[in-house]
Order: sequence, then structure tokens, then C-alpha cells
Amino acid sequence: MAASEAKPPAAARSQARERAVAYLTSRHRFRLAEVLPWVLALAAYFLLPDRMTFGGQVLIMVMFALSLDLILGYAGIVTLGHAAFFGIGAYTVGLLAARLNYSEPISGLIAAALVAGLIGFITGWFLLRYRGLTLLMLTLATAIMLQETGNLRSDISGGYDGLPGLTIAPLFGVFQYDLYGHVNYLYVLGVLAVIFFFVRRLVYSPFGQALTGIRENVRRMHAIGSPVHRRLVTVYTIAAAIAGVAGALFTQTNAYVTLTVFDFDVSAKVMVMLILGGTGRLYGAFAGAVVYMVLEDYFSKLSPTFWQFGIGLLLVLAVLFARRGLLGLIEDAGRYFARGKP
Amino acid sequence: MSVAALQVQGLNRAFGALPVTRDVDLTLEKGARRALIGPNGAGKTTLVNLITGALKPHSGRVLLDGEDITLTGQAERARRGLARTFQINQLFRGLPVLQNVGMAISERDGHGNNMWRPLGSSRVIMDEALDYLDALRLTDDALKLVRELPYGRQRLVEIAIALAQKPRVLLLDEPAAGVPSSETHLILDVVASLDPDIAILIIEHDMDVVFRFAKEITVLVQGAVFTQGTPEEIMANAAVRAVYLGEESHRGGRHG
Amino acid sequence: MPQVASIAVSILFDGLAYAMFLFITAVGLSVTMGLMNFVNLAHGAFAMAGGYIVVTLTRSYGVGFVPSLLIAAVIVGVASVPFERLLYRRFYKATDLEQVLLTIGLAFMAIATFTYFYGPIPKSVPLPNWLQGDINLGFRLFPSYRAFLIALGAALIAVLWYSFERTNIGAKIRAAVDNRRMAESVGINVDRLFTLTFALGSGLAALGGGLAIQLFGLSPSFAVIYLVLFLIVVAVGGLGSLKGTLLAALVLGVFDTAGKYLMADAGGFFIYAVTVAVLLIKPAGFYGRE
Repeated sequence: MAASEAKPPAAARSQARERAVAYLTSRHRFRLAEVLPWVLALAAYFLLPDRMTFGGQVLIMVMFALSLDLILGYAGIVTLGHAAFFGIGAYTVGLLAARLNYSEPISGLIAAALVAGLIGFITGWFLLRYRGLTLLMLTLATAIMLQETGNLRSDISGGYDGLPGLTIAPLFGVFQYDLYGHVNYLYVLGVLAVIFFFVRRLVYSPFGQALTGIRENVRRMHAIGSPVHRRLVTVYTIAAAIAGVAGALFTQTNAYVTLTVFDFDVSAKVMVMLILGGTGRLYGAFAGAVVYMVLEDYFSKLSPTFWQFGIGLLLVLAVLFARRGLLGLIEDAGRYFARGKP
Repeated sequence: MSVAALQVQGLNRAFGALPVTRDVDLTLEKGARRALIGPNGAGKTTLVNLITGALKPHSGRVLLDGEDITLTGQAERARRGLARTFQINQLFRGLPVLQNVGMAISERDGHGNNMWRPLGSSRVIMDEALDYLDALRLTDDALKLVRELPYGRQRLVEIAIALAQKPRVLLLDEPAAGVPSSETHLILDVVASLDPDIAILIIEHDMDVVFRFAKEITVLVQGAVFTQGTPEEIMANAAVRAVYLGEESHRGGRHG
Repeated sequence: MPQVASIAVSILFDGLAYAMFLFITAVGLSVTMGLMNFVNLAHGAFAMAGGYIVVTLTRSYGVGFVPSLLIAAVIVGVASVPFERLLYRRFYKATDLEQVLLTIGLAFMAIATFTYFYGPIPKSVPLPNWLQGDINLGFRLFPSYRAFLIALGAALIAVLWYSFERTNIGAKIRAAVDNRRMAESVGINVDRLFTLTFALGSGLAALGGGLAIQLFGLSPSFAVIYLVLFLIVVAVGGLGSLKGTLLAALVLGVFDTAGKYLMADAGGFFIYAVTVAVLLIKPAGFYGRE
């Protein structure tokens, strides 16, 4: 038991209470450091004007990785088919634009979110009863089946050659997409900011905490009365919707989409990004996506083979030594240096 | 006669060809203090799993406050006031103690569907969680991660979570198991001071604990109820001693 | 032969050959995953490596096709041991995710390495005369290579079945798959058992890789493309089960072949639809344990 304290026990206990309450009631408040990624994103706009097309794609990947963090980092569900929702969102916008001549951007995003969310809800309801290898295979098979379905009706989908004749209407009827991607970049950044705001609130809400509980000990969650399956399907649906928005932005900013958006490669890539950045931390998606995309952009131009080897090696090293990703390393370093201070 | 808090009727369950629960009848009145004892492998934890819904029986009924919950799922039973602790701690090891307890309160009151307001801003939940920690002398550990605590104190957190569910029926599976003997009194003090209205079933091996705590005892042998009665009756029962003596001679006597 | 029957026979024959390939390559994965609960996504890379060794032996050293297959199996089997002992062993208790990431990383490294040495263009392998052309089985002509594949598969199944069911070591493996802790407590050295089965499984994968060259051509991406198939066979068959892997290989092999024959465009769809159907009903696969 605790050694005797200088103060009488009652006072000491209430001091401990206040500390506990103070800590937990302030965890969700904005920390100054959280401004950093947004400042950097805006700085990039002014400092790197000729890399804005690339920048837009990076932001899209951040959003995609963020959606995966909800199910992988927070709820602890491992899947291999997250690209399915990215693809669904991409094709919702693509088909609306190419086949129905409808390309208003904002409503396109909403449509993509709804369709992807619906598919997420349906597949999640069935599949989230399973775990481990079974779930990995089921989600992988689902994504591949979607891709094959698109391939089957390549007359509608454009197959692997892509949807022809995609034009996207100007944003708000005013801002036309320019060749250098400036409008795109700010547009994607804006959407990302809105989505991030909601995701952040979700994560600190009781629902978000329940997800953490499910991840940490699902048996316990059942025993305290948590409707686990319902919670998982809910977060899966939300994550699917966000991934769908990311896919929609992909089509809108590229004015092009092919069936490769459903590739296993895409699911693997976003998982690697998230792991590299650090799961369950929201900002891990930022760190991981940026680092991955920048490295890929540089190295795969140098030599695709070296890039593939490098990313494989990075993955192995991360699992061996940096399990909590880049942000985990930074946190560890911070703690290490803090300890060194007198 | 008032309705019993928990009733088990003719519960049967087998694993393949092996029957593990055989025609078990059990009643917990409100405020009951019943111990479930029996040799190793008697099926005590299996019975608890059947009561909580972690396992489905092949036949029989489970009633909570008179309502048939045999077909109800585990989570729903918990929401209706049935709480349990596990023989081996099932805690959120990577989370602070306070959050462990807060999780139970949040689920109990249905906050888990709230996706908007931060949990931390709910002082009410935090205060209530701290009350439970205070009662179990865990306040100083409130912000420590569970895995940083010694096992005995982790066991207390396990109980705190169950209590935070404000259960009407509480099933404790060997609450002192794995706790070093220097710390068992912590557990026992807590168990002894539990709300008298709660119906409690405790699985225990340690006879001292059983006799100190229980007003009634059920003896389970090979999945079936061997006998039931008051502690005095059970102590005087030669057949019960024989069942345990057989086990004791295998293991060279109990410690403590 | 009447048209429909002829097509049916072709489907069965090709499907059987395909199933043999799937079985040979996937059985090692099933046993190791069932034994050690280890998700090994680098298994396809072992198959790919085996294929490239066969290519090098036959093309650069003039070794015969069949001897090359055996040599490749031995080389990869032996080479897999240090992997298991030094790296994989540390991750048996790790989470699914960590195992997935580790082995995907290794697979990427392997693919990149082989791309560097062999280039990305698919390779083929020179076959001996008796494996080329067709063989007359009385009522019809069948491609010799596929017939060989079926015969080899059947022989391997017999050998494996015998080893598993009738030998001491087979019994130990089955016991360890069934209940590892129990097996350890009766004195079975599970660690050494696993190294053995891992080496065997990797060797068989290499054999499968070598056999696949004639069917699909060999390029470094083989490691990932066919990995999905192996995983599906293992998941559908049930981890750690010889019977399950065989049944899954047969079902999936024949279905996939039928799909490709009858609906050329939608061909790939069937194998995944069957997988989803089976896993939804029996999540542990045909013969898996919950």
C-alpha cells in the first residue's frame, strides 16, 4: 500500500482527484502543436507553387489514411480491402460526370460519401463478425470482386483504360480548375479540414473512447454491456464514407479514373502510410502520408526497383524497431530528452 | 415471495461429447451472498459463462429478476444489471485506471453512442468513476496505466469496473486469484463491504474466504450441483469433505 | 465426344491441374499458419524464388527441368531456415497486423531483388520433350504438362498423407496443430517441429513456383499476385489441415477454371465469390478449428 503522506489522507486523495479530472477534461482540447500540420500545408501553397498538383494528391492520401486510422488505429480492425471504398467514391464521381454529365464538385463529394458509406454499412454488417485471417480474406475478396465487376462491365466503367471524357464543373460555379492545381489544392485542403474537425471530435467522444476499449479488450467490452458489433459497423461506415470522399477528390482532381483504384496495392499502400506515421493518433495519417508520398515521388523516379526494396525494408525495420511509427518515435525522443533535464 | 434476483433452471451444456454443466439449478435472492465451490474442473467458470451469456446452454433457462434472458446476448444482460469479474483480469491494460472505470459508466448510461461531446468534458462521469476508485483506495493510481500496477491492484480495478456497472447481480470469479497473500485482504475487505442489496455469487477456492463471506454455499462437482446449504451444513458434510479430500491427497494439502 | 461433355472434361482436367498447383504451393502455408498461428505473406516470394532458380538452372546451367525442380525445392527449403530461426520466430506472439506488415515488407524486398537480377519481363522455361505436346489417354488427347502436374500432385498428396497419418513425425505435427500447449507438455519439441515444417512448406512452395512457370509465366510480381490465391486456398480449406487445403484447392481450382472457360470476362469473379460464401458460413474454412 502507499506509504504515509505528509498531508492527511483525505486532502491528498482529493488532490489526486483534481489532478485526474484536470488531465482527462483537458485531453481533448486543442494543443498548440496541432496547428503545425495546417500551417505547413498552407506554407506549401505559397512556397511550392509548382508542386501543387502533387500536393493535392498528398492531401488526398492523408484523408484516405485518416479514414483507415479510424478502423485500424482506433477500433483495431485489420482489413485488406479499404481501397474498395476509395474506388467506390472515385467511380461515383466518375460515372456521374462521364455518363450522366453531372460534375458539380460538392454534391459529387456528398454522393460519393453516401454510396461508399452505404456499401461500407452493408459489407461491415456482414463481415465484422469475423476477425483475423478470415476478415483479411473477406475484405480482400470484396475489393477484388468490386474490381472484377467493374471489369465485367468495362463498357460502363471504362475498365483499366479509364473513364473517357471526364470534365469537372467549376467549384461553386466560379473557380475553374487550373493546370497547376492551385484551386485543387485549396479545395482538397478545405475538405480535409472539415472532415478532420469531425473525425477529431469523434475520436474524443464517448463513442471514440468505446472504440479504443474494443481495440484494447473486446471481451471486457462485451461484459460491460457495449454493443460491440453495432459500434464497429458504425465506425466502418463512417470510415468508408471518408475514404469515398478521398476517392471522389481523386477523380475530381485528376479528371480521370481507372479500375486500378481498387488494386490491392492501394489498400497496402495506405496501410503502410498509416503504420509509418503511427496508428491511433490522427496525425499519424498526416506524417505517414506526407513522408511516404514524398519518398515515393523522389525514389520511384530514380529507380522503381530500389523504391520497392526501400519501402519493404522500411516496413520491416518499422515493425522491428518503430512499432508506433514516426510519431511514436518522436514521442519517445521527446520523453527521452525530457528525462535528461534536471 | 419476491422474485429472485437470479435464477438458473436446469442448465445443460456440453463441449463435444463432454458434459460440463449438468442440469444445474441455482437461485440468488436479492442481497444473496453465495459461494460456488468445487474441485478443479467442476465447471464453475463455465457456469458463470453460461449465466453471463458468453456461452449458450444446450437446454435450461436463466432468469434475471424474473425475466427470461436465456436468449439474450451477453452485452444486453450486462446492461440489465448483470456484472462479472474474470478469473484472469480482463482490463484495458494500455489505458489509465480512471478510463477503465469510466468506460463502464459510459456504457452503462448509454453515452457510447455520443459521437460529438468529448467524454472528458463530462465531469459527472469522471466524478463517479473517481468515487469508485476512492472506495477501493485506487485514487492515487487514477492516471496510471493499468499494466503499470501490481497484479493485486489490477484485480481491484477489475472489481471497480464491475461495480461501476451498478449491477443487481454480481458474479465474482476467484477475485483473489493470483493476488499475493500480502494483498488479498484488500480484495476481501472490498468484497465484504459491497452493497447489501446486490446479489453476489463468488467462485472461490480459499475456504477462509468462503466461510468469512458466504451465507450460502453451492458445491459443484463434475458440472452438477452436488449439494447446497449453509456454511455450517457444508462443513459438517462428510461427502463434501471426501470430494475435496480426494483432491487434496493429490495435491498434498492446501496452503493458507 | 459430344460438345458439352468435351468441355466439361476439359474444365475438369485443367481445373485439376490448376488445383494441384494450388495445393502444392499452398499446403506449406496452411500447415505453418495452423501450427504457429503466423500470417506469412512472404510465402509467395518463396514460390517465386523457386521459379527463378529453376529458370537459372535450366537456362544457364543446362540442368533438366525435373531435376531443377527438386534442386530448387531443396535450396529454398534450406534457405528458409535462417529466416524462421532469426526473424519469424520473434513474431509468433505478435499481433496479426505486425506479422502482415513484416512479411509484406519481406515480400517487397524479395520482389525488388529479383527484379534487379532478372528484370520484370516474364520468363519461360525449356521443357523436356516428353512434357511438351499432348498425351493420349485413350479417349482424348490431353496436354502432357498438365497431365504431369496432376500425376505429380497425386504422388505428393499420397506421400504427404502417408507422412502425416502414418509416421511419428506426422503425428507430432498433427498434435501440435491441434493443441500446442498440450503437445509441448508431453515433450514434443514444437520449435524444432516448426522449423522442419516451415522448411518443408517453403520447399514445396518453391516446387509449386517452378511448376507454375509453364502455366502462367514467371515475373517478380508472381509473389504478390498469386499470394492472394494461396491465402484464399488456406483460408477456405482451414488452417493446418491437409484435407482442407486439398478440398479447397480442388473446389477453387475447378470453379476458377470453369469461370474462365464459360464466362471469359467475369472469370476471375467466381473464385472470390466462392471464398466469401464459404467463409461467411464456415469462417474457419472447411476443416479449420474455431
